[in-house]
Formats: sequence, C-alpha cells, structure tokens
Amino acid sequence: MVSIAMPRAPGTAGVLWAFIERQTNLWKRYWAWELVWLVYGAVNTLAVTFIARQVDSSGAAASIDVDRLVLFLLIGTLVWAYLSAVLDDISLVVQWERWEGTIEHTLMAPVRRSVHLAGMCVFGVLHAVVRTMLIFAIALAFFEVDLGQADWLAAATVLFVGSFAVAGLAVLAGVLPLLYPERGQQMSMMIQAFVLLVSGVYYEVDVLPAWLHPFAVISPATYILDGIRGAIIDGEGVAGVWREIAALAVFGALLLPASMATFAVAERWAKRTGRLKRQG
Amino acid sequence: MNQVPLQVNDVVKSFGGGWSASSVLPWRRNGASHGRRVVDHVSFEVRRGEIFGVIGANGSGKSTLIRIISTLLLADEGGVRVFGYDTVREATPVRALINRVSADPSFFRNMSAMENLLFFGRVYGLTAGDVKRRTPVILERLGLEWPRALEPMSHLSRGQQQKVAVARSFLTSPVLMLLDEPTTGLDPRSKRDVQSFVRDVQQSHDATILLTTHDMDEAELLCDRIAFLSGGRIVAGGSPLELRQMVADGRPLDSINMETVFMELTGRRVEDDEEPAEEGEEALIHG
Ligand SMILES: Nc1ncnc2c1ncn2[C@@H]1O[C@H](COP(=O)(O)OP(=O)(O)O)[C@@H](O)[C@H]1O
Ligand SMILES: [Mg+2]
Repeated sequence: MVSIAMPRAPGTAGVLWAFIERQTNLWKRYWAWELVWLVYGAVNTLAVTFIARQVDSSGAAASIDVDRLVLFLLIGTLVWAYLSAVLDDISLVVQWERWEGTIEHTLMAPVRRSVHLAGMCVFGVLHAVVRTMLIFAIALAFFEVDLGQADWLAAATVLFVGSFAVAGLAVLAGVLPLLYPERGQQMSMMIQAFVLLVSGVYYEVDVLPAWLHPFAVISPATYILDGIRGAIIDGEGVAGVWREIAALAVFGALLLPASMATFAVAERWAKRTGRLKRQG
Repeated sequence: MNQVPLQVNDVVKSFGGGWSASSVLPWRRNGASHGRRVVDHVSFEVRRGEIFGVIGANGSGKSTLIRIISTLLLADEGGVRVFGYDTVREATPVRALINRVSADPSFFRNMSAMENLLFFGRVYGLTAGDVKRRTPVILERLGLEWPRALEPMSHLSRGQQQKVAVARSFLTSPVLMLLDEPTTGLDPRSKRDVQSFVRDVQQSHDATILLTTHDMDEAELLCDRIAFLSGGRIVAGGSPLELRQMVADGRPLDSINMETVFMELTGRRVEDDEEPAEEGEEALIHG
C-alpha cells in the first residue's frame, strides 16, 4: 500500500496571491459597481469642496484663506474616500462570502487565517489607492489648487503607515458579521460612520464637543488626516509629521495583531455555536 | 501519520444551548453541551480506499457530522482524527488532506468556474498551471463542456454547478473526500454523471470517500459499507449485504430492498424529514 504523503500546505506568497487574484477577478466582474463608487466618490469630493468656493463668493471669507480651505476639504474628502474604501473592502471579508455561500469552503482551506486576512488587506489597500487616485485626478480638473509646497513623500509615508492601523480596524469590523450573522454588517457600518464624525474629515477636531475629543484621540483617521494635511498644505517633511507617523505606527502595531486574534476567537465561537452556515 | 483515513470517536454536538467563554480557547477541543442534540455519541472508522455511506433522513445530522470532520464545527464531546491528525488541534494538516462537496454548490456566482477553481486550487497549493491542466480533464469526465467553464457560474444550471463543485474538490487530490449529498436535487442525467465519476475515482485513485445521502439506490450503487443515522445516532452499520441479513428473518436477501432495511432498523422512513418544526411553523405546514 502506498503511504500517504505528509500534507503539503501552500506557501505564504501563494496564498496572498490567491486572495489578491480572486478579489481582482471579482472586481472585474462587478465593474459596474466600481464605476458607481467612483462616480459617487468623485461627486462627493466635488460637492464638499465646492463649499469652499461658496464661502469665497458669499464675501464672508474676508478673513479666511479660501485656497487653504479648498485644499483642506479636498484632502478630507479624498482621505475619507480612501479610508472608507479600505474599510468597506476588508470588513466584507466574512459577509461577502456568506452572501456568495463560499464562506465554509474558504475557511476549510489549509491556509493560516493571518495570511488569508493579510491577502484581503493588501488587496483592499491597493484597490483603495487606485480608486482614490482616479477621484483625485477628476477633482484636479475642477479646482485650481496650488500643490507646489506639498511634500508627497511625507504624505505617502503617513498614508502607508496609517493603512496598517486602518486595516486592523477594518478586520475588527469584519469580525462582527461572524458574531452576528443578521446585524453584523450594519454594526460595522455604524462604526465607520462614527469614525467619520470624530476624526476631523471636514473640520478640525477642535470644533467637536469636549466629550467627543477622546474619540478623536483614539481614532487613527485623525492622525492620517493631520499628517497628510501637514505634508500637503504646510509642506512639512517626514520629520515635521513624525508625531503622526509614530502614533499611527503604534496603532498599527496594536490593532493589526489584536484584530487577527479577535478574528480567530470569533471564528472558533462561530464553529462552536454553528453560526458559520446552517443550510446545505 | 497513521493510515486510518477517518476515525470518528464518540462525537456529540448540540445547537442552541449556552456556551462558555473558555470554550473558544484554542487548546480546548470540546465545549459545553446543552441545547438540542443533533449528533449523539457517533463513532465509526473509515478504511483506506472504501466508500463509506452515512444514510439518514433530512435533519438526521449528516451535514453536522460532515462539518465536524471538515473543521467547520467544533464538537461538544468526542473527537475526530484524519490520518491520525486531530481535527481541532491539528486543523491545518487535516484541511490539506480533505475536501468536501456540499449539497449546495457555493461559488462566487459572478466569477467563472475557471476563476473559482483557480482560487480554490491556489489555496490548496496548486499553481495556475496545475489548475488549467487538470480542470478540463475532470470536467470532461463529468460531462461538462469546457466553454461553460468560462461563463459566470450563475449562468450554469444546478446540475452543472454541482459538477464544478465536484471538480473543485477532486482537483486538489484529497486523500479523504467528504461528499455531503452530492446528487441531491440533480436531474437524473447529472446524477448519473456524478455517480459514475465518483466510482471511477475511487477505483482508479487512492481516495477514501465518506458519502452521505438519503437516496438508497445511490448508497447501494456506490458504498462498500453503510451506517444508518437516525436522530443523530448510528443505529446500524455494515455492508449492504450484512444490513439485509440483519432484517432477513428467513426471507431471501434479494427480495428485501434497502428502504425496507432502513425502516426496519430505524423505525422511520428515509424520505420523512426529521426536522423538528419550529414553534408555529407546524401549523403552517400542516394547517
Ligand atoms: N448551525 C446550526 N444551528 C442550529 N441548528 C442546526 C445547525 N445545523 C443543523 N442544525 C439542526 O440540526 C439538525 C440536523 O441537521 P443536519 O446535520 O443539517 O441534517 P441532515 O444533513 O441530515 O439533513 C436539524 O434539525 C437542523 O435544523
Ligand atoms: Mg444535510
């Protein structure tokens, strides 16, 4: 009798690629939705940024630097487009597959959960970068902004380091549908809305009531927005925004492993209680 | 690694009861057992190269058992070993050895069969080349024309989708295959295609198969040994011949069909659902 070979588990790079390739194929098949999100994101960016023009023409702006306001709002909407794309994509890790009916087949594959989640995160970030760049390009056609002083390296560094923290948040949000098959996705959208409120996307967080300030402090999005505005509006270099970068690095180092550990616990709980799938 | 493909050892599973926080700790194999018991002290062993059938009515606990073996559910009591690996503590090696076909095909519906298989092959360590080489061969043996594999899954009929599901699981050459009602709801033609493929693979490859069904003809056609599951418990087991002998009582064996054997050994008909109606639902169904 031939003896059974030791099972061979696929390599890390192969698994990462499996998820990235799958998400890319899905994205191609759902290109019409992609277009919808692009248009929606672009329109939202334009709509908010036009507020600055309104301030200008109303004459109320004698004491306001309107060009600065345009840039402030533009960065806010673009960063938010980026963050919500990352959050949307990654937090659907369970819910999407539950909807397709593939969740059990994916979870029984011989891959480490951390690599599975990492693959989803890498795709989510790349996808969000592409979409945000397109929105940015569209917005540039509508607004004359002076980007001469911008320090792009510092902005990119903030975004890169911040993406780990946001990915961690997104994985945490993605755990909810595992725990609450019925309401989980709604809950994760509420979290996203709250992050929008407290992180200073369209205003400085100082304008928030005092009781919301602590939430601004613990939201990684606050530091991403501060850092990128510092780099692009005020031309600060990496050294100038090191505080934001350091804070984001700490958030990432805490959130990403914590979110993966949480996912693992939630997965075991779902397997104990039969929440993964019932039919078939 | 030992050579027994599957050892199911005194497995118990209930749903709807409470659970304790410690039951989600990674080193805990078992957890609280309250609620409605759907798998009740089940034990059996599957031998190398055989097709082992688990026969039971709807709701008898077949899929729950398959999910426990597939690492998708955690048992309350007892344990399962696949080639000696514990399905809870050594889940990753177990997963690399098994694959599963469920009664509902479950694919990314807007992706093509090929795109789906590419993904499900890669996560088992296959390369794109492996998938592209093996898939047409398997699909052809299943009687699915190749061009259909490039259309979105949602354009395929239920029978065609199920053939892709069978292809997905055999693509990774699992040494233990779990087939959970692979032909339920299929048209007669697709059903025959799937059954003869399973027969072929078992005869020509070194695969061991656990098959659940409530179709007696299928069980007799495919299975070397059969266990009857009723109310979550294994009520009887043996080869089709042995099972007949259990109830023969002097009658000639070939005059007894398997439905009769099932009925006499379990006290129910395999066509009747065991599903307990939820509150209020009963009135709806019978009223
Ligand atoms: N995840 C689950 N949560 C709660 N009850 C479940 C779950 N899965 C199955 N059950 C119940 O357990 C019983 C056995 O189901 P199942 O194993 O699917 O039976 P079969 O596959 O034999 O039709 C059924 O009454 C079913 O409703
Ligand atoms: Mg079933």
